[in-house]
Amino acid sequence: MKTGKKQKDGIIYLLLILGAFVMVFPFIWSFLTSFKNLGETLKVPPQILPSLWDPVNYITVWNKLPFLHFIWNTLLMMLIRMVVAVFISAMAAYAFARMSFPLKNFWFMVCLIPMMVPSQIYILPQYLTVSSLHLNNTILGLAIPGLASTFGIFLLRQFFMTIPNDLEEAAVLDGCNPCQIFFRIMLPLVKSGLVSLAIFTALFAYKDLLWPLIVNTSTNKMPLSSGLALMQGQYTTNYPELMAGAMIAIIPILIIFLVFQKQFVEGIATTGIKG
Amino acid sequence: MKKQKRKEMLWAYLFIFPSVFLILCLNIWPVIQTIIFSFQKIEGFLPPQWNGGKNYITLFTGKNEFAKALLNTAIYAVVTVPIGTLLSLITAVFLNRQIRFKSFFRVCFFIPVISAPAAVAMVWRWLYNSDFGIINYVLSMIGIEGPNWIGSNKCVLLSIMIVGIWSMVGYNMVILLAGLQDIPGVYYEAARIDGASERDCFWKITLPLVSPTTFFVVLTTTISALQVFDNIYMMVPSNSPSLKSAQSIVYLYYKYTFAQQNKGLGSAVAVVLLTIVLILTVIQMKAQKKWVIYQ
Repeated sequence: MKTGKKQKDGIIYLLLILGAFVMVFPFIWSFLTSFKNLGETLKVPPQILPSLWDPVNYITVWNKLPFLHFIWNTLLMMLIRMVVAVFISAMAAYAFARMSFPLKNFWFMVCLIPMMVPSQIYILPQYLTVSSLHLNNTILGLAIPGLASTFGIFLLRQFFMTIPNDLEEAAVLDGCNPCQIFFRIMLPLVKSGLVSLAIFTALFAYKDLLWPLIVNTSTNKMPLSSGLALMQGQYTTNYPELMAGAMIAIIPILIIFLVFQKQFVEGIATTGIKG
Repeated sequence: MKKQKRKEMLWAYLFIFPSVFLILCLNIWPVIQTIIFSFQKIEGFLPPQWNGGKNYITLFTGKNEFAKALLNTAIYAVVTVPIGTLLSLITAVFLNRQIRFKSFFRVCFFIPVISAPAAVAMVWRWLYNSDFGIINYVLSMIGIEGPNWIGSNKCVLLSIMIVGIWSMVGYNMVILLAGLQDIPGVYYEAARIDGASERDCFWKITLPLVSPTTFFVVLTTTISALQVFDNIYMMVPSNSPSLKSAQSIVYLYYKYTFAQQNKGLGSAVAVVLLTIVLILTVIQMKAQKKWVIYQ
């Protein structure tokens, strides 16, 4: 009995290690490649470690493409989307969860419909709107489709609904208006929901590819995702340089993720359940 | 009292206004616009002209490009969703046990989720490289001649599907793990007192009680599988002959609307996608009643 359990645990560890290896290996291999020279990558059998840990590929791609702009544009877009989406979703969610007003269900339906529609449907009309406002090739243009979050309204509404009524009643008796109640009492109570939504908004903004490809075509206004796509098109064969570019895009977010790991995972866990 | 009701209403409208306004402008109106566009001929900068259902006729009777894209997308969804969900569930069940290095494993599985698709695609293209890629080298060591993964019609979709599964396991695993942790421990204790084996516990308690979460995962991954675009765009060069064996519905939408500036036809593709997603959502919601067990 005892040995049976040990054996089973052994198999589980083995499978988990195998899985983890499959997940991480592509990144490790690319990381190693990014320090090799072209000749070393074309060897058969492959050379595992670079003979010189030479950062020359990083310097080359950094000079070939405006990575500083890419990173800055990405951060700015993420920030705009995060602040606006979290703030206005929280306001709407609060009203839907705790206030009564005419046509409430109708407006809530309006807010939910987009969750069922594939986002590509919007892209062309959104692009036409953004161009008519002369916002293409601006960071605001990049941020626009993510400003309102239907998912955020849905998520935060669940959080607001769990708050007991007494708190609100006490505040009303103290003469607080809805605005004060919202900012002073309600927002602090749903902090974990706000953090989850902020993380999601940031992650989706960072991973978005189709919209940036379409709306910002001038190189200096691209975020990392479409900037890398540019690189793929221009230098298709120099793998050490391509891998250096990929690493520049991956490593900053990886560090942020390692720092906020707990919030990330909890955020996804709560939304998955609530969804 | 009446005055107070009116006041609350005003505040409520003030609170929902920013979101509702943006959603109306950026989501609801665009859906209507796309449907309108799909019945028009819009090429370049010429004013749009109504052309009835011509775009749809072109799609369904044209050079079979659209039918092929539908098929590619269907294959992608039918293969990646079950395999991806199963792998995520197995990983989640393993990580739900008393196990060491739990957070290390979780981080490893999660790295693909937080990486930009553009970077991921570049990394995989290098692994898939037919002459110097590590995958074909490993295959050659065990005596298999590796294919030209991305360049050949036979393997290109498989290559995309492998990357698709690889990048979704971590995300779904986290959701399923949370679902598993929500199962009250008393069920297992009771079962153990009744002498149930570990296997019985898994099939009779764990699996049924995690089915609502599994349903959520299947629904969301199906919808996102139908929208596959990033990996195809980034991994398959637009002039590659293998592209037609990989291009999805959204890829065609992008190609028609933006690369070829045929906005009417592109919008028709988008409307077909919308219809498919809505039908599948309704079917899955209905089917949910049959196999999902709520506590």
